[in-house]
Amino acid sequence: MSDLETFRAEARAWLEENCPAEMRTPAKGDDDVCWGGRNFVFQSEAQKLWLEACVAKGYTVPDWPKAYGGAGLSPQETKILRQEMAKLGCRSPLNSFGIWMLGPALLKFGTEEQKVHYMGQIARGEIRWCQGYSEPGSGSDLVSMQTFGEDKGDHWVVNGQKIWTSYADKADWIFCLVRTDKANKYHGISFLLFDMETAGVSTKPIKLISGNSPFCETFFDNVVVPKDQLVGEINRGWDVAKYLLGHEREMISGMGGDGGVTSIGAAMKAVLAEEPVLRAQMALFDVDNLTFRAHGERFMDEWKTGKAHPAYSNLMKYVGTELNKKRNELVMSIGGSQALEWESERANGGSKARNWLRTKANSIEGGTSEVMLNVVSKRILEMPGA
Amino acid sequence: MAMTLNDDQNMLRDSARDFMASEAPVTHFRKFRDMGCKDGFSHGLWKQFAEMGFTGILIPEADGGMGMGQIEAGIVLEEIGRNLSPSPFLTTSVAAVEALKLADKAMRDRWFPGILAGETVIGIAIEEGVKHRPEKIACVATRSGNGFKLTGQKQFVVQGASSDMLIVAARTAGAAGETDGLTLFAVDKDAAGLSMEATRLVDSAVAAHVKLDGVQVDADAIIGEVDGGWSVLSKMLDAGRVGAAAEMVGVGTGAMDLTFDYLKTRKQFDRVIGEFQALQHRAAHLYGEMEGARSIVLKAQSLIDEGHAKAELYVAAAKAKAGLACNLAVREGVQMHGGIGMTDEYDIGLYMKRDRGLNEFFGDTYYHADRVATMNGY
Repeated sequence: MSDLETFRAEARAWLEENCPAEMRTPAKGDDDVCWGGRNFVFQSEAQKLWLEACVAKGYTVPDWPKAYGGAGLSPQETKILRQEMAKLGCRSPLNSFGIWMLGPALLKFGTEEQKVHYMGQIARGEIRWCQGYSEPGSGSDLVSMQTFGEDKGDHWVVNGQKIWTSYADKADWIFCLVRTDKANKYHGISFLLFDMETAGVSTKPIKLISGNSPFCETFFDNVVVPKDQLVGEINRGWDVAKYLLGHEREMISGMGGDGGVTSIGAAMKAVLAEEPVLRAQMALFDVDNLTFRAHGERFMDEWKTGKAHPAYSNLMKYVGTELNKKRNELVMSIGGSQALEWESERANGGSKARNWLRTKANSIEGGTSEVMLNVVSKRILEMPGA
Repeated sequence: MAMTLNDDQNMLRDSARDFMASEAPVTHFRKFRDMGCKDGFSHGLWKQFAEMGFTGILIPEADGGMGMGQIEAGIVLEEIGRNLSPSPFLTTSVAAVEALKLADKAMRDRWFPGILAGETVIGIAIEEGVKHRPEKIACVATRSGNGFKLTGQKQFVVQGASSDMLIVAARTAGAAGETDGLTLFAVDKDAAGLSMEATRLVDSAVAAHVKLDGVQVDADAIIGEVDGGWSVLSKMLDAGRVGAAAEMVGVGTGAMDLTFDYLKTRKQFDRVIGEFQALQHRAAHLYGEMEGARSIVLKAQSLIDEGHAKAELYVAAAKAKAGLACNLAVREGVQMHGGIGMTDEYDIGLYMKRDRGLNEFFGDTYYHADRVATMNGY
């Protein structure tokens, strides 16, 4: 057996032994997902055991170095582990913006101390992070942001407001873009980390069209941030943010639904058999879905070997989010009047309708589809103009 | 398998790219079109394909070929598509070779050397109606002597009239609509009772309507098993489909590159038109569609090469997606070129015509999307 085949067999055996049966079924909803953090309440003993087993093995962040809480797996080994987890139907042991976004940024820009401290906390699920980027006047034009950190020697005093902060009301810490030089637009922003329990931080959930409140307004009123909580260089936070946005786009572009190629059509066979035009739409969607999965696989393989264009994740973000919106339109059409039910148990508390509405944000958050197309057009296709 | 080309495949791509660009660029296609060539392709170029080793890419090494897979065949096809190079490569070196690989040694020895030498051309006689319906084949083969007598008609047999042999699918049992009871035959072009009417298509390819009027074939003309032709036919069709999809990736990319170059040079309102966001967004969207098509085609090719159980599903999705993306590329191409895109002098229209032909070949987007639905269980 090759090393990779040996690894596959070992990973499989480990998963068989350590992943509880309950954790091999899909999560029942957002509340059933493990996000970790100081205030997280486990929904079951199995959920707790599964997280602990993965933490001990480094499998919450398998491709991170062992020194920072990972298992130090190679890209090929990580891919194999994910394949084996998918085969057994294992849930992700820990979902976290720390894993998806902050960790990769720290790995590239953080000091050794920051990596050991913050990445370790993330890997163990101890701290739940949120991201402070957008402001009321700075959406697509993010670099115009104005939240300001005044230099007070050994610390900054931060004042301002962020918006669309995902789960800010549930998060323990925030990674936040703060202007530290008003004279310099791009080179006047710093990337700061601070505790959401710091005096002067407050959050207010925003009720969305889905009826849910995954986002908050976040207010900073004379918030003291020590200088050692800066990531990267002072006034060069835009470099960190851009790097991190790439990861966010990858993450959002992966949100095609079940993360796999399983068609939603089979379960809806009876409805589709009576609706030839809808069936045809579903079929064309499946063609696009299989295409997107293959596209994502190819992109990741090219990315890892350094062959992908640095702006390519913008394209994946555009394609993936538009596809997810289309999927949810079809789910609603196939679901018919039952999918319209907003509260009933029959309709699982309106989960289809709420998910459908939630996906409309996919092509807005993390860079709108229109901004993605601008970037692809200018940076990859090298179209002329400003 | 990683979804990237390896070093050998990159080398093959470079040599195929150089070869097509120098020996068979669009000017070559125009020359043969404008002379009203009865074959629609150059036999000299076909020989050159052989010298490059292209014609035997899928022929097993034991039979004197390169023993490569669909990825490598697709690399050549993409360059063919990009340059609109006319050749029998898709029908002969891809579809026919995949069928003949499942034939006995005598049959392989009879046909592979000519293909390897770039001398033999083989036509695929499957279609009986205007749309691709392989399971509906009604052409009849009745037992006669030590073989069969074939009666029926075929159409859309690309390069049929230039072929030395036709692979004919006929029914030896069962009824139209059933996959059991089909048998594949290698029928000599000069067989008594076989007649053809060659007709030029929109993309200047030449296809034949074939009449089989009691054509006698011996038992040694059978490819695979009697009544069990569906498995051979499926392999042949899937190779042809993923091959056509790869060629469409080339056609679409060629059309897209022409169009993007045009956007960067054409001036109106004192600006290069590529500065307009209305065109930039459409260009970026098109690029995404072509990149998706390229990815699913590569995935389908690699699954066939691995003998994966899901290969059929991915081939159907690849043919459907490549059809959609390439079609978008040529439509946007003509539109963005404006008036000049409507002229025969400009190449973009040639790409539009080629796309149409390839989209129809071995099942269009709708046919394959329907198969995706069926294979996905609805």
